[in-house]
Amino acid sequence: MESLRAAWDFFQNQVLGMHWLNTLVGRILTSLGVDTGTRLGGSAQFFVYDTIKILVLLSVLIYGISYIQSFFPPERTKKILGRFHGLTANTLSALLGTVTPFCSCSSIPLFIGFTNAGLPLGVTFSFLISSPLVDLGSLILLMSVFGAKIAVAYVSVGLVLAVAGGTILGRLGLEEYVQKFKTAGSVDIESPDLTREERLQYSLEQVRETVGRVYPYVLVGVGIGALIHNWIPAGWIQTVLGARNPFSVVLATVIGVPMYADIFGTIPVAEALYAKGVGLGTILSFMMAVTALSLPSIVMLGKVVKPKLLGIFVGIVTFGIIVIGYLFNAFGFVLA
Amino acid sequence: MNIKVLGACCKRSLETYENTKLAAKALGLDATVENIGDPGEIAGYGVMRTPAVVVDEKVISQGRFLRQKDAEALLKKHLGL
Repeated sequence: MESLRAAWDFFQNQVLGMHWLNTLVGRILTSLGVDTGTRLGGSAQFFVYDTIKILVLLSVLIYGISYIQSFFPPERTKKILGRFHGLTANTLSALLGTVTPFCSCSSIPLFIGFTNAGLPLGVTFSFLISSPLVDLGSLILLMSVFGAKIAVAYVSVGLVLAVAGGTILGRLGLEEYVQKFKTAGSVDIESPDLTREERLQYSLEQVRETVGRVYPYVLVGVGIGALIHNWIPAGWIQTVLGARNPFSVVLATVIGVPMYADIFGTIPVAEALYAKGVGLGTILSFMMAVTALSLPSIVMLGKVVKPKLLGIFVGIVTFGIIVIGYLFNAFGFVLA
Repeated sequence: MNIKVLGACCKRSLETYENTKLAAKALGLDATVENIGDPGEIAGYGVMRTPAVVVDEKVISQGRFLRQKDAEALLKKHLGL
């Protein structure tokens, strides 16, 4: 048991967390005459280490995950979901949201495709909530930064939010607030079976495309993280976002909702805030708010649903995120 | 022949459109190449992932970024060239 634990710790700290890289970056900077004990030196170390770590993990993860995702194109997901009802359908929808490749660009055709296929509105929303919020990549990256318990907690509550949010939206009977589009109805197009080579090539394309798209967010995220890490006094942050401010969760959520960033750009900011003693719930709320909702995605969705439904959707998700934040701040100590 | 590239909101789609135009030209096809951004029209083809390529109203690729040579290979295969 002891050795198993040691092996896991090694995996978590050195393989996923790449602590050796931090040491290496520190040594290189020191040999270049940079004192990593100073603020500027410390920021430089955090920046270099975190940028390399996230980009390496990102590339490896996207490669592996794209391979899995190539088995679950949305056409197939749509067909699978059509066979289920009620809570099972919502749960399955949230789970498939984590493995179905999805870019915010495709959200409208996907929404129309799902609803035209006769999938209930709630099931479609479960998918739309879970897809940007939780994916396999974020699970592993969170493990690298915060450890397994917190990563699993994030993914679990994310899925609960998707299932609950979708179920509530489904119960409200808001179908009339979906914009009608003149289409040929529900079209099933075949998704050809791919060969192993094609899947691997697809995975490589995904890595190239995703890293190219996401790296500016990672750089900005790590930059903000480095700033928080070494320049902003812990006291300030704790006053605003710490346990002393009862509204910290609401604040973190409200700031996070309009922001558009990738989960990979959000994690370094969260990492730095966590190191400064901000509550786990507040951090989870911030990450969820940033990834699940953003101004561009709300505007996009506004093209397919009427304002009332859009408002209810944003309201339910925001409220859910705030509740999750307070629950984790209150009971998060069991994870520590 | 009519070729449509569906999706006009991200770089991935717009570049695929440009590459498909180049591919059609390189193959010497007598084709009009259009870029479609209207969500209703995209969904009308049953497409849920952009970019997608439609040749004479038949979807031949979706959710794949195409370089010029990918687009050429795809068109060749579809047209049996």
